[in-house]
Amino acid sequence: MTLHLKHKKMKYSYKNNLKGLLFTSPWIIGFLVFSLYPICISLYYSFTNFNIFMSPEFIGFDNYADLFTDDLFYKSLTNTVYMAIFGTGISIIFSLISAMLLNMKVKGQSIFRTIFFLPSIVPVVASTLMWTWIYNPQYGILNKIMSFFGLPELNWLSNPALTKPSLVLMGVWSTGTMIIIFLAALQNVPIQLYEAAELDGAGAFQKFLHITLPSISPIMLYQIILGLIGNFQYFTQAYIITGANGGLNVASGGPENSILFYALYLFQNAFVYLKMGKASAMAWILFIIAGIITYLLIKTSKTWVDYGQGGDKNE
Amino acid sequence: MNKRTSGKNFTKYLILILISMIFLFPFLFLISTSLKSMDEAFSNSFHLIPQTIHWDNYIKAFQKIPFLTYTKNTVVITLINVIGQLIVCPMIAYGLSKIEWIGKKIIFGIILATMLIPYQVTMIPVYMIWNKLNLVGTIIPITLPAFFGNAFYIIILTQFFKTIPNSILEAAKIDGASEFRIYSKIVLPLCKPALATVAIFTFLNTWSDFLGPLLYLTEQKSWTLSIGLQQYMSAHYVEWTLLMAASAMFTIPIVILFFFAQKKFVEGIVTTGLKD
Repeated sequence: MTLHLKHKKMKYSYKNNLKGLLFTSPWIIGFLVFSLYPICISLYYSFTNFNIFMSPEFIGFDNYADLFTDDLFYKSLTNTVYMAIFGTGISIIFSLISAMLLNMKVKGQSIFRTIFFLPSIVPVVASTLMWTWIYNPQYGILNKIMSFFGLPELNWLSNPALTKPSLVLMGVWSTGTMIIIFLAALQNVPIQLYEAAELDGAGAFQKFLHITLPSISPIMLYQIILGLIGNFQYFTQAYIITGANGGLNVASGGPENSILFYALYLFQNAFVYLKMGKASAMAWILFIIAGIITYLLIKTSKTWVDYGQGGDKNE
Repeated sequence: MNKRTSGKNFTKYLILILISMIFLFPFLFLISTSLKSMDEAFSNSFHLIPQTIHWDNYIKAFQKIPFLTYTKNTVVITLINVIGQLIVCPMIAYGLSKIEWIGKKIIFGIILATMLIPYQVTMIPVYMIWNKLNLVGTIIPITLPAFFGNAFYIIILTQFFKTIPNSILEAAKIDGASEFRIYSKIVLPLCKPALATVAIFTFLNTWSDFLGPLLYLTEQKSWTLSIGLQQYMSAHYVEWTLLMAASAMFTIPIVILFFFAQKKFVEGIVTTGLKD
C-alpha cells in the first residue's frame, strides 16, 4: 500500500499539481468561503447570542439548553421526521411502481414518461400555489371530486391531522425525477437474469424480490439518502402555505403548528425572532442528524445493497 | 394464454392512463381557473371549460402583480447563473478528470460530500458575509456563487470528460499545445452535449429558486417571479384567477425548454443518479 502510494506520488509532477490546482481553484475558493468557513463559524455562532444588529456574545451551551426545553423545537423535529419517513417512503414506493409500469414494454412509453416527469419541473412556488387552490375546502377541485363520489369534503390544509398528508400527496405528484432514475436503473437490469429465473419457474413477485430489488439496490440507497436529506430541509412549500392566510403572521407554523418543519422554525428563529445563535445551534443539530442518518444508511447498506451483480454483467 | 396477456395489457394501460390523469389534472385545473371570471372560480358548480373565457386575466396579471418586472429580474439572475456555471464547471471538471495531480481524488471526494451538507448549516454565516459586505438587497449573493461552481454540475461534467479518450489529448501535447489550449480547443468543443445539460439544469434551478431571493432580495423592484408571486399571494389571497394565470406564465418557459431538450433532462438526471 505504502509502496503503491509512493509510486503514485512520484507520478505527480510539480507542474501537474500546479495545473490541477489552477483548474480547480474556483471550486476550492468557493468551498473555503461558502462551505468550510461557514460550517466552522456556524459551530461558534451556536454558542453565542447574536443577530444582524449585534456581534456574537459567547453564552456557552445556553442555546442548546434553550432548544431542549423548547416545545416548538420538538414539534418541528417530529413534524420533520414524519415528512422524512412518509414523504420519502411513499414517494419511493410510488415512483418505483410507476417506473416498473413504464418499463414494461408499453406502447407510447415516451409519452407516459413525459407526463410523469412534467410536474417535477414546475417551479415550487407555482406548484404550491396551484395545490393550495386545489385543496381549497370550498372551491378546490379535490373536494368537488370527493363530493361527486359521495365522499366527505375535507379541510386539507386547515385540519392539523391532514396538513402533512396533503403535503406528502403534493410531493408524490412531483416525484418525476425519482421515476426517471428508477426507470434507467430498471433498464440496466440484465434481461438474462429474468429469463433464467423464468426457466426456474419463478413468478412475477419472486422475480421482483430476487432480481429486480437486488439489482437496483444501489440506486435505492442513493434515492433514500437524497430523499431523507431533502425532506429534512423541507421548507418552501410550508413557508408559502403558512404565509398564505392573509400573510400577517410571518411566524406561523400552520394549524396547531402541524407544518412547522425544522427548516421553517430555524428560518423563523434566524430571520423573524433574530435569534441567530439559537438558529445556528439548530443548524448544527440538523447537520449531526443528517450525518448520522447517512452514516447508518451507508454502514447498514452492505447487508442489503448488492454492488456485484449488475456491475459484473455490464463489464 | 393470449386472453390472459391481453387482459394483463389492458390493466397495465388502465393504470398508466389513470396515473397520467392524476399527473395532468392539476395542470388542467390551473389553466381552467386562470381563464375564469372571479365569480365563476368562486361558484359552487364546476366546469372544466370556463363558461366565458377570460384571457384578460393574463393581461391583468401583468399589470397588477407586476409580472414584467419580475420576469426581467428572473431572466437576468438566471442568465448570469448559467454563464457562471458554464465558465467554471467544465474547468473544474477538467482538473478532476484529465490532469494527473495530487488533489484529484481528494477534491472529488470533498465535492461529493458537500452534496450532503444541509443548506441550513451554511445559510446564516453566508448571510452574515453578504451582510458585512453590505450586499444584502443586491443580486450579487444569488449570482456570484455561480462563478465558483456547483457540485452536481461538476460531477456530471467529470463523468462526461472521463469518456473522452486521453489519446486525443496526448497527441496534442506532443504537438506542443498548452494545457489550457487543449482544454479550450479540444475538450470544450467535444463536451457540448454535457454543457447543454448543465445549462438546462442551472436555468431550471435558478428560475425556480425561492430561498435565495427570499433571503437577499429585500426590495420589491428586484424580486424574482418566485418571491413576487409568493408575496402577491400572501397579500391578495383571494385573487385565484390572477394567481393561476401568473403561475401558468411562470411555468410555461420551463415547459417549452423541457420539450425542446427532453433528452438532456433525462441524461442529466440519469448520469448523476446512476454513476458513483
